[in-house]
Amino acid sequence: MTAKKTPVFVQRRTYRRRRVADGARLLPVFGGILFLIPLLWEGDPAGAEAVPDGARTAWVMTYLFVVWFGLAVLSGVLARFLVAEDDGGDEEGDS
Amino acid sequence: MVTLNVLVLVCLLYVAFLFAVAFGADRAALVGRGTWLRSPIVYTLSLSIYCTAWTFYGAVGFAARSGLEFVTIYLGPTLVMIGWWWTLRKMVRVGRSQRITSIADLISSRYGKSNTLAVFVTLVAVIGLTPYIALQLQSVTLSFATFAEADPFTDAPPSQQSTAFWVAAGLAVFTILFGTRNLDANERHHGVVMAIALEAVVKLFALLAVGVFVVWGLAGGVDEILARIDSSPIARWEVPGSRWVGLTLLSAAAFMCLPRMFQVMVVESEDEDHLRMAAWAFPTYLMLMSLFVVPIAVMGLELMPEGANPDLFVLTLPLRNGQEGLAILSFLGGFSSATSMVIVAAIALSTMVSNHIVMPIWLWSTGGGAMVSGDVRSVALLARRLSIAMILFLGYCYFRLSGGGTALAAIGLISFVGVAQFLPALMGGLFWRGATRSGALAGLGVGFVLWLYCLFLPSFGASEIMPYSVMQNGPLGIGWLRPQALFGADGMDPVIHAVMWSLLLNTCTFLGVSLLTLPKPIERLQGAQFVNVFQHSQTPGSWSGGLARSEDLMIMSQRIMGASEAQAMFSKEARKQGIAGYLPEPTPDFLQMLERELSGSVGAATAHAMISQIVGRATVSVEDLMAVADETAQIMEYSSKLEAKTEEQARTARQLREANEKLTQISVQKDAFLSQISHELRTPMTSIRAFSEILRDSEGLSEEERNKYASIILEEATRLTRLLDDLLDLSVLENGQVVLNSQTGQLSDMLDRAVSAAGVQDRLRIHRRREAEKITLHTDLDRLAQVFINLISNAGKYCEAPDPALTIRPQAENGNLVVDFIDNGPGIPTDQQAMIFEKFSRIGQTKAGGAGLGLAICREIMGRLGGDITYLPGQEGAAFRVVLPLREAATVQAAQ
Amino acid sequence: MGKKVILIEDERNIIEAISFILSRDGWEVKTHSNGHDAMQAVRDRRPDLVILDVMLPGKSGFDILQEIRDDAELGATPVLMLTARGQQKDREMAERAGASRYMTKPFSNAEVLEAVRDLVGP
Repeated sequence: MTAKKTPVFVQRRTYRRRRVADGARLLPVFGGILFLIPLLWEGDPAGAEAVPDGARTAWVMTYLFVVWFGLAVLSGVLARFLVAEDDGGDEEGDS
Repeated sequence: MVTLNVLVLVCLLYVAFLFAVAFGADRAALVGRGTWLRSPIVYTLSLSIYCTAWTFYGAVGFAARSGLEFVTIYLGPTLVMIGWWWTLRKMVRVGRSQRITSIADLISSRYGKSNTLAVFVTLVAVIGLTPYIALQLQSVTLSFATFAEADPFTDAPPSQQSTAFWVAAGLAVFTILFGTRNLDANERHHGVVMAIALEAVVKLFALLAVGVFVVWGLAGGVDEILARIDSSPIARWEVPGSRWVGLTLLSAAAFMCLPRMFQVMVVESEDEDHLRMAAWAFPTYLMLMSLFVVPIAVMGLELMPEGANPDLFVLTLPLRNGQEGLAILSFLGGFSSATSMVIVAAIALSTMVSNHIVMPIWLWSTGGGAMVSGDVRSVALLARRLSIAMILFLGYCYFRLSGGGTALAAIGLISFVGVAQFLPALMGGLFWRGATRSGALAGLGVGFVLWLYCLFLPSFGASEIMPYSVMQNGPLGIGWLRPQALFGADGMDPVIHAVMWSLLLNTCTFLGVSLLTLPKPIERLQGAQFVNVFQHSQTPGSWSGGLARSEDLMIMSQRIMGASEAQAMFSKEARKQGIAGYLPEPTPDFLQMLERELSGSVGAATAHAMISQIVGRATVSVEDLMAVADETAQIMEYSSKLEAKTEEQARTARQLREANEKLTQISVQKDAFLSQISHELRTPMTSIRAFSEILRDSEGLSEEERNKYASIILEEATRLTRLLDDLLDLSVLENGQVVLNSQTGQLSDMLDRAVSAAGVQDRLRIHRRREAEKITLHTDLDRLAQVFINLISNAGKYCEAPDPALTIRPQAENGNLVVDFIDNGPGIPTDQQAMIFEKFSRIGQTKAGGAGLGLAICREIMGRLGGDITYLPGQEGAAFRVVLPLREAATVQAAQ
Repeated sequence: MGKKVILIEDERNIIEAISFILSRDGWEVKTHSNGHDAMQAVRDRRPDLVILDVMLPGKSGFDILQEIRDDAELGATPVLMLTARGQQKDREMAERAGASRYMTKPFSNAEVLEAVRDLVGP
């Protein structure tokens, strides 16, 4: 980004910041949904031989930890860009 | 083989190390060093007390029993943490801005500082967490027992009870030492936080080490372990959806509501910005803690004998495989998990107990007479310490009673459900302005009762506390009231059942009662403060933003009115409101009264501004107000300084007056002097003029008359000349412009000269002692002679004895030349002796020729010569003493 | 028969000068040279005019003037005051004290004669 301080630039930046905050609010919802997905993989209780891939503990575990790690990374990225701006506050000043 | 003694030794060394770390951190914080103590990484690590022994040991057991379900306990907090922007940030901000000391304090503050609510929350927390603390004791005890069993040299392993007792006692000592060192206003404990951060590292490292050993040491790699998972009893992904969702929500709720989590997350928070790092680092920490749980469980199930406690796989797997070092590390990890949780939980609970139960009772019992703040502080510290001991003792008792048999995970979940009851009141308080105290109280009450009924009491086992018949058929045979099948919800998992009903009814009651009841003004005020905390507090980190805190008002009032007055007023008001202590509720009446009082000191407008700002609605921070208060104090100080200055000015004025008087005196003296000069000049001139005119105008004057009148003219002209000479001489002497001309001479010669110059031989007999006059002088001989001449001629003029005589008596005395001039006349009256050296002073009748300057000149000359001339009273006649330092004279000469 | 004048003055040369001038003008001049008993001398002589110096040994000329003015018999006697102090405030003091005439030394003989003649009148 250039350091050019035009109103357009500031507005765009504020806009972006607001969207980052929205993202931060949505992240737990997004994470929650991802964590719920394994529930869809409930396998057929009968017959351990024919366990589908999704219903294997090892598979779900791998999935969960990948999602987990991904969420942590995402959260870190968002946290970096989140500016301590007051909720609903109209402070437009950047810095 | 690791003996039990070695283990105890290692354990003690570890504890000593923790003590040292805590102590060092406290010291560093005390002297202001150690910003590293409060880095975001330490904050994040301190959050890890969420992972207790339940995680360290219990998670593996949980996994061994129910597969991946254990992970829900960590998914919940992960979701909360990555949603920090939404909830935690607000909690931390509110906690900091309102200077919240515990979750009970937060809830009570939100609902109008209701102590009833605080007491209730405290009780729920204590009851809910006692099993949890017992769980930690149990885990340490079990781990000890595991080593004891493996120790071939120990015949009689120590009883579990005694181990638990000593662990509890040691933890109590540590907690009291570092948790109640001081009563910091913001309740921060640097030493404790540092110690638990360290323990966080130890437990993570230990668990990872065991995990690595299991995966790569026992199983033989990642692929291998995945295959073994597939072939294990928990290979199938068959988690009930209700438990998956329910436990995730439960753990999320507990993460926010657990008093110990609140303690590290909000109370100990140094900077709101630390959440930024915790947002990603803490989920990562949780993930790492969970990473090897399933592999360890699987390998444990595979390798350990049938019936081995899966809760201890973390310990027994390395032990069984001869990895004693790893086992000890693992033991320390579990020990760390247990101790850090107990320490922080004890601190958090003791804060609540002492602040909301003990202190109010104490203040009430002492009749609110505790006016001295130091008094209250010592009592509060004592209450805090007793509370810690009591909480740990309760935990120990629970451990004894329950027999330590229940699976770790079950106990943990029971506690979770208990504290989760705070959630509706907490979230409602933070996000909904309509929430009322009655609603919170009712909701909490309903939730608490349901928790007790559905989960807590049944957990003791059927027919222990709750009769078997009630469990089976409901109280009084009412089937739909069965504790684990409420309202006909049969066949549900007991925990999920309890969570569902307690939280559901809790929330509904909370919402319903809040809608039906009207909040008190203070509740509305606080509600606005909490919900709109971001509008009220401009800068994160400053406890700001219009807080209707009696304490703030009190602090401000004390600064303005003075401590004792403010305290008296506040305690009087508090008594009127029926509250013990001296912090009344800031009711509108009280605020109005306070405003009136303050306006007496700072003016009505300022007082109004200060009150309205401290009470809310304004964006000025309390710190600003404090600054205003300080300014007022400064103004008062300034005005007292002004008073002092006024005094000083009075002093100056007095000095000025004195100076003025002096000047006036000098002016008067000057007038008198001029007047004298005028007189002394005009008098001879009158004669001169008169006789001049007579000589000029009068005819027929005889030669004799002519001569006489001419003589008079001459005489008066001479007098005038002499007067002018004297005046000039005196002026020169007085201005210090005189140049001394030092010479060496004999006193006798000088006296001869003086006597002859005075020209009084014909009418004055002079007695001298020649032999005494043989003194060599080195001084301005001419000036000294002038003095002598003056004295001798004065004697000649004024000695009124029939046979006038003057005795001149010189002597050398103490390095001084002393010459006395004593005549045989009547002398000078005592009252006039002081005046004779003043200008124009003349004694008795004027004799022509004296201007009254002679003695004044003598005095000036003697001063110049370093000596003095004084009147010598008590002699036969007028006596003058001339003193001249012989050596001084030489010095004066040398100086020139 | 010349008018009687009493001269109260402490400087002998001035006494001599004034006595000479007034005697030549036909006045009967008595002199007195100190303040203490000046009032007595005035009572004794009952002069037509008093010439009074301000600075007298023993008593101030103003005090003597005050006594003269306060005296029932002598109160109307004209008084010529002489002073060697030429300041304005001395003149004012003299006038307040009731001096008939005020002269500053040194004076000319003609002035004295004129003043004396004026004060005593024909």
